[in-house]
Amino acid sequence: MADISLASTLPGTSRLADLRRKMFPNVLSGAVSVLGIAVTAWLFWILLRWAVLDAVFFGTPEECKAASGACWAIVTDRWRLMFFGLYPYEQHWRSALAFLTLIGVIVLSCVPYFWTAVRLPILWVVSLTIFIVLMRGGVFGLSVVTEEKWGGLTLSVFIFAATALIGMPLAIALALLRRSTLPLVSTLAAVVIDCVRSLPLVTILFAVAVVVPIIAPNMPSTKLTRVIFGMSIFFAAYQAEILRSGIQSLPMGQEEAAKALGIGYWNRTTRIILPQAFRRALPPTVSQFAISFKEVSLVIVIGIFDFLASGNAAYGSGDWAFAYVEVYVFMAFIYFLFVFSLSRYGAHLERRMRVGK
Amino acid sequence: MFKSRKRNAILIQAFVALLLLVGGFFLIRSAQQSLVDQNITSGFGFLWRSTGWDVGFSLIPYTINDPYWKVILVGILNTLFLGSIGLVLATVIGVCIGALRTSRNPVMSFLGTCYVETIRNVPLILQAFFWYAVFTHLPGPKQALDLGGLFFLSARGIMMPGLNVSQSYGLLAGLALLLGLVLAIAFRLAPRPTIARRIAYPKYSRYALLGGLALAIVFLLLGHEADLGLIQRPELKGLNFIGGIRVPPEFAALLTAMSLYGGAFLGEIIRAGFMSVSRGQIEAAHALGLSGFQVFSNVRLPLALRTVLPTLTNQYVWLLKATTMGIAVGFADFFLVVSTAINQSGQTLELIFILMAGFLIINNTLAAGMNFINRRIKLRGTQLRT
Repeated sequence: MADISLASTLPGTSRLADLRRKMFPNVLSGAVSVLGIAVTAWLFWILLRWAVLDAVFFGTPEECKAASGACWAIVTDRWRLMFFGLYPYEQHWRSALAFLTLIGVIVLSCVPYFWTAVRLPILWVVSLTIFIVLMRGGVFGLSVVTEEKWGGLTLSVFIFAATALIGMPLAIALALLRRSTLPLVSTLAAVVIDCVRSLPLVTILFAVAVVVPIIAPNMPSTKLTRVIFGMSIFFAAYQAEILRSGIQSLPMGQEEAAKALGIGYWNRTTRIILPQAFRRALPPTVSQFAISFKEVSLVIVIGIFDFLASGNAAYGSGDWAFAYVEVYVFMAFIYFLFVFSLSRYGAHLERRMRVGK
Repeated sequence: MFKSRKRNAILIQAFVALLLLVGGFFLIRSAQQSLVDQNITSGFGFLWRSTGWDVGFSLIPYTINDPYWKVILVGILNTLFLGSIGLVLATVIGVCIGALRTSRNPVMSFLGTCYVETIRNVPLILQAFFWYAVFTHLPGPKQALDLGGLFFLSARGIMMPGLNVSQSYGLLAGLALLLGLVLAIAFRLAPRPTIARRIAYPKYSRYALLGGLALAIVFLLLGHEADLGLIQRPELKGLNFIGGIRVPPEFAALLTAMSLYGGAFLGEIIRAGFMSVSRGQIEAAHALGLSGFQVFSNVRLPLALRTVLPTLTNQYVWLLKATTMGIAVGFADFFLVVSTAINQSGQTLELIFILMAGFLIINNTLAAGMNFINRRIKLRGTQLRT
């Protein structure tokens, strides 16, 4: 028994004592802690009153104006607009189902079981096909809904998924080309990557939206496909550099041993270099995906009706105009959910991979 | 075998080159054809035509009769102006956040973490929209929020005290100050191979700074409009404010969003820098009797900055590119000006070329400058600098 009572007084054994030592090591730090806690608690109280206690969750704009808290009524009233855009009202279930499909595939991609060169592409191609069939319709008795009517969060997630699907192979190609022993090929790849990386995404989106119809007027393409193409190139340029650094971090011996064994370029690359490079580049890749998801919101600039645009539309019309803070806070929260969970997942991967070392 | 491999390499490269040439040729042909179809004359002659439209924010005098090259210059200057102020503010916020995050006090580091995670995980453009909505929903000039009689917040923008100086002289003064600063930094960082230069360069650096300052003051006095005081507070007259400087809500919103967002990222980078300073150095500084603040400003900060400078460069370039969010809120930055010019003149290809070339030049200049500083201040093996 004596042992136990002794142990509890040792530093680090009791949580409370530990915390006290950290927060009040001396008078100044203690005062800062108390002040910090007081300010945090005060801010939290204000936020709680605004967001929950005094908030209006259902109702009309007039009821909102009467209350002092947040007006979440605009979200409960207009959530369909924000999530589905201008998609026909009776068909919203299709958009919701398509959205869930993509969320499902993003979650499944985080499971190591799918991390093979066969399973992952199949998973993505199949689910994107399901998405397009669901959204566009025209088969299985579904009415046709053209791309111009797609919108909201569903469209944002779709642009992200399509960017990832097209961008990743492009990134692999660019990374391999940049490592090519042929000077012309590697220089070309380097020029493309560096140029794209030093331009803002908005200018690239603008260029593909505006320039392509001028240079190649006969090419059949909609604004949406061009935007996805532009986003993919941008994603690929950054991802190619991540992959290249993954490849460069491999010991030279790996490639040399493969060469010595007489393994040809394709087998060497696809079975020895790339799997290891991907493994090493996994954490930065995940954070690149998170960045990419945030960047999808830029498509509003060239007039795609994405989540952000539909949010703007939700409060933009007349009677809800005062509730802009609530709309932006809600949208920020949704983005936060996506991006924060992706970055937590990345941090988890990083921790997991450090275990072996 | 080696011979055939060499021949293969040449063949493949020749094929790639041919493909490029043919592809480029067809693209140019097709572009020319479609320009002819749309009755657009290509070439850069349009740069000397007058625009006929106004921009919301300009550092240099600009009227709707001015030519296109001038409006593009206005856009570039606006981007640089917004970018440089944004970079400085973001760095200040970043250093504060980095210091908070590395604080040993758990409450402080928790607050820092909250800030970083909230700001970093929400797209910048959403934040720009948010701040723009906030700034434009402020009360009108008559009910403007009064901050100590010097600053007024209203839907028309932020009014603040300003100097009573004509625009061109104000610009000259700013340029003089900037030139002095750049020269001073250059003299501080320039290589000093001889002892004479080691003595002379710090002196030159001071002279450059003082000279720039003196020149700026001279310009300000020259440009001073005689009937008014040099410094003037904004005052409410009738329905609007008179005197002082008006910061339009577009600029204020973009600047707020950029510096808060950039501050979160820079804070993380600077935190990593602080963590990389070895404990031994800090303990040595404490042992030498330096105070807590001296340890921070003379040991931790300079060492951390040296470690993170390359990463910082990337982030600065990124932030400068983020000024293109101007189009979301209607601030006349380089990108917005070019896209308006495209809509107005139809010279799409030329203007896109100018846009891309402009960004390539600006970003690479910034990166080259930062890399130069990095090369000059990075720690040598002996840690002794000449």
